[in-house]
Amino acid sequence: MQPSLRHRIPWAALMFLAAACVPWLGSRFYTFLATDIAILALFAVSLNLLLGYTGLVSFGHAAYFGIGAYTCAILMKTYGVPFALALIAGTANAAAWALLFGAFCVRSTKIYFSMLTLAFAQIVWAVCFKWNSVTGGEQGFSNIPYPSMDWMDALPLLDGLRSGDKFYLIVLVLTGLAFVLLQRVVGSPFGRVLTAIRENPERAEFVGINVRRYQLAAFVMAGAFAGFAGALFGIFNRGVFPDFAYWAKSAEVLIMVILGGMGHFWGPAVGAAVLIVLNQQITAYTLYWPFILGSILIVLLFVFPGGIVGTLSAGIARVRGRRDA
Amino acid sequence: MSLSFLLAQSVSGLTAAMFLFIVASGLSLIFGVLRVLNFAHGSFYMLGAYAAWQIAQWIGTFTGSFWLAVIGSAIAVALLGGVIERLLLRHLYGREDLYQLLFTYALVLILGDVARVLWGTQQLSVPRPSGLSGSFEIFGTVIPHYNLFIIALGPALAIACWLLLSRTGTGRMIRAAAYDREMLAALGADVGKLYTLMFMAGSFLAGLGGALVTPVRSIVPGMDVDIIVEAFIVVVIGGLGSFWGTFLGALIFGQVLAFGILILPGFSIFAVFALMALVLVVRPSGLLGRPVKG
Repeated sequence: MQPSLRHRIPWAALMFLAAACVPWLGSRFYTFLATDIAILALFAVSLNLLLGYTGLVSFGHAAYFGIGAYTCAILMKTYGVPFALALIAGTANAAAWALLFGAFCVRSTKIYFSMLTLAFAQIVWAVCFKWNSVTGGEQGFSNIPYPSMDWMDALPLLDGLRSGDKFYLIVLVLTGLAFVLLQRVVGSPFGRVLTAIRENPERAEFVGINVRRYQLAAFVMAGAFAGFAGALFGIFNRGVFPDFAYWAKSAEVLIMVILGGMGHFWGPAVGAAVLIVLNQQITAYTLYWPFILGSILIVLLFVFPGGIVGTLSAGIARVRGRRDA
Repeated sequence: MSLSFLLAQSVSGLTAAMFLFIVASGLSLIFGVLRVLNFAHGSFYMLGAYAAWQIAQWIGTFTGSFWLAVIGSAIAVALLGGVIERLLLRHLYGREDLYQLLFTYALVLILGDVARVLWGTQQLSVPRPSGLSGSFEIFGTVIPHYNLFIIALGPALAIACWLLLSRTGTGRMIRAAAYDREMLAALGADVGKLYTLMFMAGSFLAGLGGALVTPVRSIVPGMDVDIIVEAFIVVVIGGLGSFWGTFLGALIFGQVLAFGILILPGFSIFAVFALMALVLVVRPSGLLGRPVKG
């Protein structure tokens, strides 16, 4: 597909508009699902900045999601900090820890990088799990207040929406902005350097790129967006739990990225949406969701390594090629 | 702090360490040769425990029945490992690390549910073998014979494996594969067979560890995840693929966990994770590991 053709239809903007209509479907469940998808899609796309664009396999991305969630939740509930400030603080705190941990992680390569990210994430989890007085320990930290959303009543159309719907619209706008930012980053010269590092770190080093510094920058950025997503998720979920930073969460978001396809900017978002909807559908019928998730993962790894978006776009390319010939 | 208390703590740390060593050595062997970090190792350990219980149910209780169950379950797990390596894992060797990592993670999810379906969620346990059901007392500390057996078994197993690795032809091949598998394949060795063998040996150790732990800890869903995190830390501290490193890592882990409780109550897991991160930062290839090429 030619780049000019691809830009003729603004798919992302259309999706955003369609998503913005969800509250008027009138179903609490759809709003719930859509909020879940919007937030986790951002989380997955943030991981893909490392995985797909820089070629760094982080097995501990949930740490920054968790840090963002806990920071924002604790500030809002314990200290009564307004939402906007708490959200910024959560993001900044996740970025700060990503800077600290990342500085150590980027010194190692390949499997050692993955293990180090996992080790740091487990430390974060252990702290959340054990630091009862601040994080609520194993029981988690619940009853986080919604931000004040009365100002939205003054806006046209929004009057009389449920608070869940209002919060969804806030989430949608905020994640939308985050996606735009991330897309800018990926398309910028900085993003191109990351891709160069993924393709060949040695060669990137030879042409004078400070590989570690770029990797660290990507790590911090990914951590910040994960923290942002985590902060929103904590409020949406009305509680934060140590599970947010657990390795199973890191694996789950990796699966979203692989499922959607890490070769495309929107791939991980598609993966997140599909996985969440599947989870909702399947857990209604059976307790054995892990079994099904594992089976999906194996099929993906062996049959569709490009994920949903990768497989689809390869298929489309083949059809177009046939038509042109 | 009395002497008997210190002794009790260190003995309990040592027992935990030897259980961990048995399991973690398998993880380390597999990584050393196949370069695959096997998340499913903990699941094999769990299956070993369930299989031991199942075999014990089938054959009933007689002299030596416990040992039969232990060996039987270890062999069963080894066979399962062999099948998985041959049919599935094999096809992922040329691919990125991520795919292998996620494949073994998929196994964790699947095997965990399979165990839930087959054995339910209630706690199961196997009685101690008749010959080792007693205990003795030293400085006011009661130490079960079975724990003493495990403390002796760990080093014995370590020495046996070490002799196997350093004195036999197969051992030489294994070390060669860990060092440079492309070269070994180029020299005409059947690396594929060696991989299957190593994966089976590693799975055997996981199953053995799981079966041996049944008289001491109850068999519950979730034991797979607990052990894999611990074994993972042990292997990383000692050095991935380093056999004696794993032994050292297990000893350190056991003592840090046993005495960490005294210094930072409730924070001993934190201490262990922090130790792991510290080791990775200072010596990325572990205490006794050597840097791995590519």
